[in-house]
Order: sequence, then structure tokens, then C-alpha cells
Amino acid sequence: MQVYLPIAEMSLDVFLLLGLGGAIGFLSGMFGVGGGFLLTPMLIFIGVPPAVAVATQANQVVASSVSGVLAHWSRGNVDFRMGLVLLAGGMLGSTAGVFLFGILKQVGQIDLVIALAYVVLLAFIGVTMLQESIRALLRRRRTKGPARKLHQHTWVHGLPFKMRFRKSRLYISALLPIAVGFFVGILAALMGVGGAFLMVPAMIYLLGMPTTVVVGTSLFQIIFVAINVTLLHSVENQTVDAVLGLILVLGGVVGAQIGGRLGGRLKGDQLRVLLALIVFIVGAGLAYELVAVPDEIYSIAPLGIPL
Amino acid sequence: MSAIAPGNRGDGRRVFVAAILLVLLLVPTPMLRAAPLVADLSNHLIAITTDFTGTDVLLFGAVDGPGDVVVVVRGPVTDVAVRRKGRIAGVWVNRDSVEFVSVPSFYAVASTRPLDEVMDEATRRRHTIGLDTLQFALMPGSDVDETDEFRAALERIKMRQLLYWPNPIEVNFLGDTLFRTDIWFPSNVPIGSYVIEVLLVRDGAVVSAQTTPLVISKIGIGADVFEWAHRQSLLYGLATVAMALLAGWIAHLVFRRI
Repeated sequence: MQVYLPIAEMSLDVFLLLGLGGAIGFLSGMFGVGGGFLLTPMLIFIGVPPAVAVATQANQVVASSVSGVLAHWSRGNVDFRMGLVLLAGGMLGSTAGVFLFGILKQVGQIDLVIALAYVVLLAFIGVTMLQESIRALLRRRRTKGPARKLHQHTWVHGLPFKMRFRKSRLYISALLPIAVGFFVGILAALMGVGGAFLMVPAMIYLLGMPTTVVVGTSLFQIIFVAINVTLLHSVENQTVDAVLGLILVLGGVVGAQIGGRLGGRLKGDQLRVLLALIVFIVGAGLAYELVAVPDEIYSIAPLGIPL
Repeated sequence: MSAIAPGNRGDGRRVFVAAILLVLLLVPTPMLRAAPLVADLSNHLIAITTDFTGTDVLLFGAVDGPGDVVVVVRGPVTDVAVRRKGRIAGVWVNRDSVEFVSVPSFYAVASTRPLDEVMDEATRRRHTIGLDTLQFALMPGSDVDETDEFRAALERIKMRQLLYWPNPIEVNFLGDTLFRTDIWFPSNVPIGSYVIEVLLVRDGAVVSAQTTPLVISKIGIGADVFEWAHRQSLLYGLATVAMALLAGWIAHLVFRRI
């Protein structure tokens, strides 16, 4: 059954979209990842304009982060003080990102930038995941891994504007979380991703936060950054497709539920290798489209609405 | 497109109608006979609903004697940027761009016979019948040399999208006076006001013409969403965010229960 997407201005099969949302939701439920970094390239593959795919995906991130943060909040795993500082950077970064997005769209380079950013990102995620799962598989055989130092003193701790974050048991410069938030905010605006895959490692290794509060805190700030991105894309670029978003949410919720239940029963490390492979394949597909000789080197774009 | 004019415009209309009646009374009686060409559409409004996958519009009519019927369908005009990719460090990047002014978003011709058999080149150009007769003006400030290539690319892409029809669609006669043709509008058809011009050609000369409007617009939920997104984009954004928040909250409740 075909459904017309009013903002993407095209018809797509509703079951294909439900299936896609469900499959990505399944993966996100199973691995606890947002899934935006896979859904956006998939939408681009099936012909959704990249600008619409990104902006609509940002709205998806709002939905998936809310259900996640509520669960963490009830367990008290959110450092609101740290979340607000990250958010300050995130708001600045995402606002700058949306305006950058608008400029790139106008000069006809947005599709390229989105594709390039995704190739780099997917390669990065794929490598990280593969490394992690191989290490985990090896660790299971040897059962002895290198112990990480709890707290290392580096140049990071010499920065000004120090703040105390009681929940995270940290006394660090506010500039650091602001910078992290800013960078992830730009990515959120340009790529429609929540950015947890960057935010979480940065919080653990760069800021030195305890792992228990990391996920909840990053989800907390991602909600507001994603809301900001959705609103700004709506106002500046009019690229948020509510119909597409609704179908993807429906598929995603059901998929995540099934994925979450199955994920508990299956062996995580082998699955992680599988996910890493999926990430690599999607990334390679995007990279191929960038370097392969296109069928048509010309493209057309209407400047304004026909009169 | 509506026949009802509001308020004070009614007076002007009455004067206009009176003037036409006066002219009709003054002209010799033969002109009052049936028009040499009458044509209409099966549908003057194409509604793009959420399940729209393209549609045929039937154009039909009658002529008062032998001759050829030529139909020209023109979509609303818009400025168009044509971009060309080039390779930079192995990656295909949009490099050159040419902007054309007032490009028809849709253009199709239908004819009873091949156009060159119906009329000569000059007549064809005068009535802008055929893709090659369209004038695409360059936006001031374009500095690329090979604009012909860009124009060819524009036509090629539009043809692939089924928005430009390079060869005339067939117009069929049913008997001697009735004719009909089907015009296909694909799912990606641009919205707006279309003009359909029907010409009766005899011995290479256009003896009668009639234009019929066709409106393509988005109707239903899809239209409301599009309108809303463009007119009240902040409110639209807030609504989509609210929808996402609600969906996330419901998901949380469901996850917790099960």
C-alpha cells in the first residue's frame, strides 16, 4: 500500500517503512543503541531526500530518548547538573548546525555533506564495535583484562571555570562538557542522530564520569537537543515529515520491544559483531555511491514553489 | 477558477457580460454558429491525496470538420537550478550550477499526427508547440559556458521524471468530429495551476483555439500537513515534537508493563 509523504513529496510503500522502522527498532532494542545512524542512511537509500531524512530522524530521536530517559530517571541515574551544562553546549551546537544545514542546502552541497559525514561516522562506529566485541570475545577466553585507572590527571584538569558535579563525583571545568555538547549538537543537526555513540565515550574517557549515570544523563540532554533540532529544521528548512515520522515511530516501538526481549536471551558479543557488520555494509554502500560514476552527473532543484 | 466573484467585483462582471452580449449582437450571424472547436477535461482538479500514485486525465472534445487537433499542457513555472557533478579527490561533488528562469514544471504535447505534418516550423514556434520551442532564460549572473548542456540535462531529467513529454501523445478521433486523448500525471507532479491549450489546425494554420485550466493541488491530510509545515512552521514543529514525546512516553509505559 503506497502512502504519500507530504514533505518528502513522494509515495512510498507503508509496509516497507513500517518494516524499516521495525528492523532498526529491533536492533536498537537489542543493542541499546539509538538506531538513527542506521535509519537515516536507509531512508536515503530508498529515495527519501537526505534533508528530509535527517530532520525527520531528529524527531524520532526525541521519541526514543524519552522512553529511555524515563527508565533511567526512575532509577536515579541522571546527573541533571552535568546534563544542563552539556545541554548548553548542545543547544549552541545544534542551532549552529541547523543554520549550516540551511546554507549547505541552498548551495546544493547538503546531500554530499550528509553522505560524507555518514561514511566517516559509520566507519568509526563499525571499527569501535568490532574492536569492542573482539576484545570481549578474547577476554572471555583469558578472563583477565587490563585494569583501567580510575582517575588520571591530564591537561583537561587545568582548564578554568571549574564546576562541581556531585552526582558524577567530579570537579572539572565547565568548558569541557560544553565543548562535547557543542560538537555532538552539530552532528545532531547535520545528521539527525542523537549522538550517544560519541557522547557516551566522551563522557567516560574525556570527562571521567561514572558509567552508571552516563547513559541517563546523555539521554536527558539529547531529548532537548533533538527537540531544538526538530523545531529549527521545521522553521528554517521545512524538512520534517510528520507522516513519515509517525509510520517510523510505530514500526520502531514494536521492533524495539521485540528486540529488547530477544536481546536478553541471545549472546551479546556475537550479535555485536553482526551489528558491526551491518554498520560496515551500510557505510560501504554510502561510500560507493559517493565515488562510483553516477548515471547522471546533472541534477535539478526548483528554487521556490512553482507558481 | 471559481465562478463566484465576491462583493464589488460583481458589478465589473456584469458590465463585462453586457459588453460581450453587445459584441455578439453586432457581429454577423455566421459567427454565432457552433464553435469550430469545443474541448473539456474529465476532471479540472487533480487531488493529490495520501494514496496518490499518478493519474490519467481525459481530454475530449469535438470539431466542426476535418483538421488536426494539437494539445499543449503547461505546468506552473518556477526557477530551476541545474547542477553538474565533478570529481574532487575521487568523490563526486556538485561543482557547476546554472539557473534558469521561468521553467515550466510540466510540459506535454498531444497531436493527431506528427507535428511536422500538421504545421510548418514557423507556426509551431509561434505557438511554442514542442520542447525545442521553449525559451529558458538564464538567471543573471550565470558564468558557465556550456549552458546548452545544462539545458539538455534539465530536459532529460524532466523527461525521466515523466514531467516533460518529448514526443506528442496521440490524440484519437472517434468518427469525424469527436476526439479524445489521455494525459498522464505521475505521482511526483508539481502542484499548481496548469493551462491546457487545444488548437484546431487546418492546412497548416491554427483556425481555432481553446484553453482549459487544470488545478493540481494537495487535498486531505497530506495537503494539510504540507500547508501547515510551510505556513505555520513553528506550530508544526511543536506538534511533531509533542507527537514524538507522547510516543516515547507511551512506549515507556508499555515497556514497563510487559
